[in-house]
Amino acid sequence: MREPDSIQEMKHILEAALLTSPQPLALDDLLKLFAGRMERATLRMLLDELKADWVEKTLDLVQVASGYRFQAKVEYSEYLSRLNPERQPKYSRAVMETLAIIAYRQPVTRGDIEQIRGVAVNPNVIRQLQERDWIDVVGQREVPGRPSLYATTKHFLDDLNLRSLAELPPFEAFAQTEIPLE
Amino acid sequence: MEFTTNSPVKIKGEPLSALPQDLYIPPDALEVYLETFEGPLDLLLYLIRKHNLDILDIPMADLTVQYMAYVDKMKTVNLELAAEYLLMSAMLIEIKSRMLLPKPTEVEEEDDPRAELVRRLMEYEAIKLAAQRLDALPKVGEQIDVAAAYYQQISQVQPPEVSLDDLVEAWRNVLKRAKLNQHHKLGRAELSVREHMSLLLRRLSATPVLRFDELFDLEAEGVPKLVVNFLAMLELAKEGLIRITQQQAFGVIYVQANSSSEDS
Repeated sequence: MREPDSIQEMKHILEAALLTSPQPLALDDLLKLFAGRMERATLRMLLDELKADWVEKTLDLVQVASGYRFQAKVEYSEYLSRLNPERQPKYSRAVMETLAIIAYRQPVTRGDIEQIRGVAVNPNVIRQLQERDWIDVVGQREVPGRPSLYATTKHFLDDLNLRSLAELPPFEAFAQTEIPLE
Repeated sequence: MEFTTNSPVKIKGEPLSALPQDLYIPPDALEVYLETFEGPLDLLLYLIRKHNLDILDIPMADLTVQYMAYVDKMKTVNLELAAEYLLMSAMLIEIKSRMLLPKPTEVEEEDDPRAELVRRLMEYEAIKLAAQRLDALPKVGEQIDVAAAYYQQISQVQPPEVSLDDLVEAWRNVLKRAKLNQHHKLGRAELSVREHMSLLLRRLSATPVLRFDELFDLEAEGVPKLVVNFLAMLELAKEGLIRITQQQAFGVIYVQANSSSEDS
């Protein structure tokens, strides 16, 4: 098999792979395209160029937690949603608050979640988040009953267009105390 | 403070737009309000924010009175009151009573009985806001559309089961030898699979275990007969009348009758 010998050709190979992949591709995945004959630094440079090449087009090359992917530019979302009116239903407050606790306080047990929300955790809430592949069990706390410890997944970050948890809105910003001026 | 209910709620035909400004709640509306709150902490937070109370200096007496009024209302409507609400009532009353006790001369901040409640309220409020922010972020499947161009993948063919492979291979050998030993006998005998099934069973009743290649008499039979014989064997295996076994991969294949009774 002939190996690519021009920058342009290498970028085309990356482009074809990224456009056809159903999930984000990590650097390690992309290196496989060149049978180990490429440096990571070179690959990063090519990806940067590819990103720039698409600026004037309909898709963005973005980096999320599990790797790189192409996605439609935001301005088309409104139109594209007409093709698929059955979009994700909105989650209840209970689901979103539970997700927020797991995202910001992970790893947490069901008990931790109940402690913060002041109400029992409905098993359905956990199940919904697990089915979405947004949270999973990462271990057990070594206390009687060994409760499961929940954490958010890479898939959760991917779905929210984030590279890491550090990109979540800072939690401190949500503490709204009115400290009396004295 | 905003409340979102999933469906437009109507009380006596009037759409509900906001929570009441005073403590009186029409009984049939109470259930609706309860659903609006995510629990006792949420209700407390609502009371504090609604009355612009300083969260770091909660007037416990007022707050407890209001909270208890809500809880009493719930009781009169005979709702199944969540245990969490009663627990919170108990906690509020405990804090209130501890605040009535004479204070030691030196008061440290941690000694304030309200401290734990305040900490929990603040944490819950932060989580509540964080949840709203997460909800507002664009998500795949909502505002983000991921590219997924189609391409024809070459699928990997799964290798067939070894035992079947061996069976085919054995059959090929039989055919090969049959071809070498072909007698050019013409004539169209009526070949019936069922008939050969009986023949096979008969042979097996005489010799309980036969080697696969022993089943096929190459000298006497032409290829069509061999095929029918093979089909008969598969049919017998399918009906559970015989068993086809093999001690090891690529080893000799044995055919035996599946009857426990041995006729002589």
